[in-house]
Amino acid sequence: MIRTPLRPLARILAARSKGENPETIERENIRQRHEKMRDKSRARAEGRLLVLSAIFVVAFGAIGVRMGAMANTEPAEPRAAASSAAILAQRADIIDREGRILATNLEVFSLYAQPPQMIDAERAARELARIFPDLDGERLLADFTGSRKFLWIRKKISPEQKQAVHEIGDPGLLFGPREMRLYPNGSLAAHILGGASFGREAVSGAEVIGVAGVERTFNDYLNDPAEEGKPLQLSIDLTIQSALERVLYGGMRLMNAKGAAAVLMDVKTGEVVAIASLPDFDPNDRPRPAVKGDPTDSPLFNRAVQGVYELGSVFKIFAVAQALDLGLVTPSTMINTRGPLKWGRFKIRDFHDYGAELTTSKVIVKSSNIGSARIAQMIGAERQQEFLGALGMLEATGLEITEARGGKPLKPSNWSELSTMTISYGHGLSTSPLHLAAGYAMIANGGTRIRPTILKQDGPQFGERLISEQTATAAREMLRLVVTEGTASLGGVPGYAVGGKTGTADKPRERGGGYYDDKVLATFASIFPAHDPKYVLVVTLDEPVETSGAKPRRTAGWTSVPIAAEIIQRVAPLLGMRPEVEPGQLAGITLTSN
Amino acid sequence: MRTFLLVTTFIGVIGLAFWAYQENFKTQQSIAEVKKLQRQIGKAAARLNVLKAEWAYLNRPDRLRELAELNFDRLGLLPFSPEQYGRIDQVAYPPVESATPLKILNAVDVSNLKVTP
Repeated sequence: MIRTPLRPLARILAARSKGENPETIERENIRQRHEKMRDKSRARAEGRLLVLSAIFVVAFGAIGVRMGAMANTEPAEPRAAASSAAILAQRADIIDREGRILATNLEVFSLYAQPPQMIDAERAARELARIFPDLDGERLLADFTGSRKFLWIRKKISPEQKQAVHEIGDPGLLFGPREMRLYPNGSLAAHILGGASFGREAVSGAEVIGVAGVERTFNDYLNDPAEEGKPLQLSIDLTIQSALERVLYGGMRLMNAKGAAAVLMDVKTGEVVAIASLPDFDPNDRPRPAVKGDPTDSPLFNRAVQGVYELGSVFKIFAVAQALDLGLVTPSTMINTRGPLKWGRFKIRDFHDYGAELTTSKVIVKSSNIGSARIAQMIGAERQQEFLGALGMLEATGLEITEARGGKPLKPSNWSELSTMTISYGHGLSTSPLHLAAGYAMIANGGTRIRPTILKQDGPQFGERLISEQTATAAREMLRLVVTEGTASLGGVPGYAVGGKTGTADKPRERGGGYYDDKVLATFASIFPAHDPKYVLVVTLDEPVETSGAKPRRTAGWTSVPIAAEIIQRVAPLLGMRPEVEPGQLAGITLTSN
Repeated sequence: MRTFLLVTTFIGVIGLAFWAYQENFKTQQSIAEVKKLQRQIGKAAARLNVLKAEWAYLNRPDRLRELAELNFDRLGLLPFSPEQYGRIDQVAYPPVESATPLKILNAVDVSNLKVTP
């Protein structure tokens, strides 16, 4: 570019000759030059601004796009930090106290159909009906050829069935992965485990949810990925549970009972080592709840935990223990047992007539209703209610299975003096066998409250003290006497010094109006070894009748007791208990001076 | 001097860029490997789970009891009973391996020995 000179000579000379001021020409030129410079720098500045704004737009655009992308995509862990969580994203196992598997998962497949993709619907329906005999071919064909776009055919199929369906070769038949809950031990411990089923379902997987038992109580824990598949350890021992169920089943058949329940519990920790209710079911194929008939006859009904019954004379020991603890009686106090004891229109009778009076100890040994009613009268309604309440007999047990909440004791609406008397021998208050086991555990462990649990514990429970150590010892001695010389004479197991109390309760009629004459609930609550109890065992038979004698026998001493003895004989060695000689009673030496 | 600084900086930048690229590549490779291993672990865990379930199924008490009953003639297995507890002093000491008796070298025939009164 040729620069215009500020003072072009030709124009200056011309201006001078005309007498004009040549400075104006120079100023004019300077002005023009400044204008050019200004235009140029403005253009440059504008260009820079443009570039800068473009950079800002691109930068903010990038951030915006990234934010949008992040908001729209599924959140995912950075791959480098991905742990093995994905592998264990399944329901945790349930194991017994020795680590043996009670419930686990198995990978199976579900089968579904997408009719629009089907090639030969007729053949597919025919072949499916052949593979799964319970499917209806006609109905399948109607579904396949109708307007449906999607249908489930099977929720769980085995690998063999999957292969067979695969061989049909129809692209409209598809498989989805599934986790199936498997109970490898079949019906063993069925009532504890409960069962599982599918919750929300999708093609790519389904949620497994517990429907009963511990599966339901600990559903969230078992499904929690944060636990990383840590198994749930129960206090149940598989071997012992199996032995107990086996003997109980045999006993139930032998005694012609329609149902049976047994609870074996550690007296110090409150751990339920084995608990059974018969009849039972297979949790792999959980039956549907019965819609008609008596729900308590269903195999799903847990007699040991859910069922509340008037358990009868087994309750006498609580009245006696309380009276001993209050100092109202001693084991040798004479109690008036002259019968029948009349209270208004109500009469209390004994099974046999035990004469005019018995010692407190004999009231338990002979199982005198009148004697325990008299003792209960000494205690009074208020104190009895308070004691049984503290023992946990008036509320559900809190065992960690769903059904335990249903086992709420039935207590009299008005706890009158008559109620006090009948409750002392186990009528008028309905509790579950598990309540009873917890009560006996209290006596067995020296007088502290026990709350039953199904989870493995590290150490003993230190519950609140309900009776003194001495009272508990005295009560245990009475329980031992019941077996050595009382109503439970068939309950002795050499080497294990069984102590316990029988209870034969008439069953109340369903529609009210008294009790059946020929239907009883026979219970034996036992502790072993009686001099240093480790375990408590409660066996309850529903409507047993023993027919080997001339007359049918229904009392617990003839029905529940021999079964309990057999259970103890089988189970005690498995519990690691060595048979031992019972420490002898000190001879009644009286110190005299001469 | 200025040129030297510029050149070294440039070479430095190129070098670092190359290093960073390599590290990035290695990391991605490791991640891919970890992913592969985790898939393998997952498969192994699933297989192990099946084996465990099978073990539990085969060891279920009902089956063991049946097997014990079937093979009673051979094994004679009975439920564990209290009588099977023993005491340590009921166990006999293992018999001492007796040393070979010494040979008798100076044997005297006494069958026809005359008894002196």
